[in-house]
Amino acid sequence: MREGMQLPVAAATDESKSTTKSGTMDRKAYWQENLKILSVLLTIWFVVSYGCGILFVDALNSVNLPGTGFPLGFWFAQQGSIYVFVALIFIYVALMNKLDKRYGVEEE
Amino acid sequence: MDVQSWTFLIVGLTFLVYIGIAVWSRAGSTKDFYVAGGGVHPLANGMATAADWMSAASFISMAGIISFAGYDGSVYLMGWTGGYVLLALLLAPYLRKFGKFTVPDFVGDRYYSNAARIVAVICAIVVSFTYVAGQMRGVGVVFSRFLEVDINLGVIIGMVLVFFYAVLGGMKGITYTQVAQYCILIFAFMVPAIFISILLTDTAIPQIGFGANLGGEIGSQIANGETITLLSKLNGLHAELGFTEYTDGSKTMIDVLCITAALMVGTAGLPHVIVRFYTVPKVKDARISAGWALLFIAILYTTAPAVAAFARTNLIEAVSDASYAGGEGEKSIPEWFRNWEDTGLLAWVDKNEDGRVQYLAGAPFAGKKPEFAEGRGASGERLVTNGGLDASANELYIDRDIMVLANPEIAQLPAWVIALVAAGALAAALSTAAGLLLVVSTSISHDLLKSVFMPEISEKNELRAARFAAALAVCIAGLAGIYPPGFVAQVVAIAFGLAASTFFPCIILGIFTRWANREGTIAGMLSGLGFTVAYVVYFKFMGGTPDQLWFGISPEGIGAIGAIVNLLVTATVSRFTPPPPVEVQEMVEEIRIPRGAGTAAAAH
Repeated sequence: MREGMQLPVAAATDESKSTTKSGTMDRKAYWQENLKILSVLLTIWFVVSYGCGILFVDALNSVNLPGTGFPLGFWFAQQGSIYVFVALIFIYVALMNKLDKRYGVEEE
Repeated sequence: MDVQSWTFLIVGLTFLVYIGIAVWSRAGSTKDFYVAGGGVHPLANGMATAADWMSAASFISMAGIISFAGYDGSVYLMGWTGGYVLLALLLAPYLRKFGKFTVPDFVGDRYYSNAARIVAVICAIVVSFTYVAGQMRGVGVVFSRFLEVDINLGVIIGMVLVFFYAVLGGMKGITYTQVAQYCILIFAFMVPAIFISILLTDTAIPQIGFGANLGGEIGSQIANGETITLLSKLNGLHAELGFTEYTDGSKTMIDVLCITAALMVGTAGLPHVIVRFYTVPKVKDARISAGWALLFIAILYTTAPAVAAFARTNLIEAVSDASYAGGEGEKSIPEWFRNWEDTGLLAWVDKNEDGRVQYLAGAPFAGKKPEFAEGRGASGERLVTNGGLDASANELYIDRDIMVLANPEIAQLPAWVIALVAAGALAAALSTAAGLLLVVSTSISHDLLKSVFMPEISEKNELRAARFAAALAVCIAGLAGIYPPGFVAQVVAIAFGLAASTFFPCIILGIFTRWANREGTIAGMLSGLGFTVAYVVYFKFMGGTPDQLWFGISPEGIGAIGAIVNLLVTATVSRFTPPPPVEVQEMVEEIRIPRGAGTAAAAH
């Protein structure tokens, strides 16, 4: 816990100003990649719930989820979207843990 | 053993477990009391969050609501689960990195303003009290229905119990009792669901039986030799009786969109849910524990719509055109019909005097609930004084809560299962009540006393103040349960609208922008709040009529628009007022990086 008292950038390297500057660059890049992950996952989140479950529900209801008696749009609204939500969070956790490691900002 | 003895036994045992946990996990410091020492395992935190989140309403009423609303009920399913994706991706990790104890802490520090902090405290208290009144009432109702004690006595028993573990254990006590409560409530929900799925579709997994062919003991009788899926049969029955098809909605699309959005954003902004993510040791744990929480919630939330469809099909088949008196060789009403009629949750008026139950679309009586008179009608039914709406031929009133509560009876399950359902409903109500009460007490002792009015207060006195505030909050919540304000059902819409239109935009902008400033957020919160409250109050209390709704958006969904109002106002005002100080901008940079999460809490 004690090392945590230092600034993260400084903790990653004990060298002087020039590396600190590249440290800020890294932070920016890290944040940009984080935002990219967020926008992809939130797009999926939007498509399965608002898209498949609400906006296009009537069109999707004309077919059944293969092998079952669920009209597809109805299934997305009452079952499918929830399964996707759970999966999205676990995918997010995996992606972020990898990203943290790559940029050396994971917790000790 | 009969149902009542089983109920006493099982409910008594679960209460002993809760008390045992409370004694074992007493809080020794304010950190224990507010965030359970910050050392809760993410899996345990996931379970506790799930129990915290799933209230008496999720356990008892949700399947019933969906059962009557069909596709329209999806707004609750998607709204109350989709919010966790927002929470996991946009809030939890950053708030955990920020550290500290509460949502007003974040608002106050990020917007360098005690005024913003106080607005946040007021919102947190209003949202939490709105919710908790309903929970305490729920405890009383479950007690009175299953143990035949007075509702008020039930509320008091619930109060004493929550008092014990919330005041003694704080967040630490609450967290570990909630873990136990989750296990009890999910077991109690799943057992009858699995039995009913087997009876109707011959499939042990309700989520699969939901989309399968009718089969099994009751299902094959309903199918009557045909091979037909449960949902097509149900749609067919609905069409026959004049209801909208079950898999098709009757709400407008924009209303469904807005309600779903308001519930999602509101869920992500509820303080008693957010605060749970401060209890885990690391940012990484905050992310994963949101995943566990949603997984545990999803088990109930994907089962509930299946139960809703099973119960609906079974109900229509069992009562439609059944004779009340039950002559030889006739289809007659099932036994549970009379039992629930006695409780007043079901009522029948024989409008066409044929002695049979006509269950059709439309309201059976004037007014929402039946009013009973002494005496019995021609077939032996209870008399209803507000009966006889001539406009519709529907003769049957069914309270939606019956769907979950009567399921074990309908499926003729053993007595211990019925007792289990009672224990599960109590677990759901108590866990949510405790989580909410903690938010109230923390808001008072930490956000008001320690942060604003008495910064010099010692740790020991702060803990004492927290316990005192918790005790006071339990008493007020209990009073609200004993004398329920008539508008509880209406104000739940306000709770979500408030959370959606105040906290969510304010926290999101605080994390994802550097420019959102003090003036902007205060103006934003107040305008979001004012807009949402005005709309809800106008339509719920001042007699606004449906044709006056803006674009057909119902009060339940207006929080989504309130959140947008908040965003726009914050952005505009922030543009024309000085930017946040450099330290605050640095703080924003800092919470975006996971490393060093221990610091925030240690430096506190």
